[in-house]
Amino acid sequence: MSWLSIIIAGILTYFTRMTMIALINRDMLGDRIKAVLEYVPSAVFPAIIFPAIFINDYGSFVEINDPKIFGAIVAIIVGYFSKNIIATIITGLISYWFLIFVIFN
Amino acid sequence: MLSKKQLFTKGMLDISPHMLSVIPFGIICGAIGVELGFNPYLVYAMSIIIFGGASQIVFLQLLSGGASSLVAVTSVGIINSRHLLYGAVLSEYLEKLSFIKKLLISYFVVDQGFSESNKFFKKNKTEQHLHYHLIGTGCTMWVCWQIATLSGIILGSFVPEELGLKFAIPLTFIAIVVQDLKKIDHVIVMITCGLSSLLFFDAPFKSYIIISPIIALFVASLILRLKK
Repeated sequence: MSWLSIIIAGILTYFTRMTMIALINRDMLGDRIKAVLEYVPSAVFPAIIFPAIFINDYGSFVEINDPKIFGAIVAIIVGYFSKNIIATIITGLISYWFLIFVIFN
Repeated sequence: MLSKKQLFTKGMLDISPHMLSVIPFGIICGAIGVELGFNPYLVYAMSIIIFGGASQIVFLQLLSGGASSLVAVTSVGIINSRHLLYGAVLSEYLEKLSFIKKLLISYFVVDQGFSESNKFFKKNKTEQHLHYHLIGTGCTMWVCWQIATLSGIILGSFVPEELGLKFAIPLTFIAIVVQDLKKIDHVIVMITCGLSSLLFFDAPFKSYIIISPIIALFVASLILRLKK
């Protein structure tokens, strides 16, 4: 049963990946839609970022002084100025660890 | 004009920094699957059949929490429906490929690969074999994801839970969008998406992950209309 559902989930996932790439061509999208699609990264990724920072494992909102909020702010500042992915991730993690292991410990 | 090999390598290089967060996350995903009591082969098969990060964990957590297969499958489909948006963006650059190549390349599209390749495509529209960049990002992700989930399954969670490495995932995506904070229209779209995702977090089947981008894109279209 689990195997069958994994295969169906896999097929569904593949279809989400394939549908637009294989079945759409440029002429089918108008200029207005193409202009809106420019915003896709900005319109999609915050839906991954925000819940991962502001909602805890139990599905409720974190406190305003949650270490993840602080880590995210550091990562945003470092990322903005350094334009470096590794620096962004490392400084975000280190500042998060600093709070949970040193300050809040 | 870059060769296919150069483009492939560029894709690999562009996505590799993200592996810093993808690899620990993959290890955690593999380990959780086994901890929840699922057959290790089944847990690993998901990395090949679904190949979809968080959706794999959600699937197993739902099943182990007593949800029906229908709910679990639907949730995976909805979580991954954001790929429809990625595909719509990428289609412009891949339209010259044969249908078979499009079918093959689709399997390798992942969040970070989409965003890095899309950035590269925008700057290099005239390159002839652009899709090799996407294959480069996708294959790098695929190999790392297989190794990471497999080691999590075999070795268990050898990444200490106290480190909270799941937090590396939002950091990776912050690194992707952070430069767009320079543009006020993008900032509005991002905040709309982020707030909507919190507002709709409890919507069924994890649908906040597609509801909030749709709201944010609607706001983007309003912004475009005002700009004119």
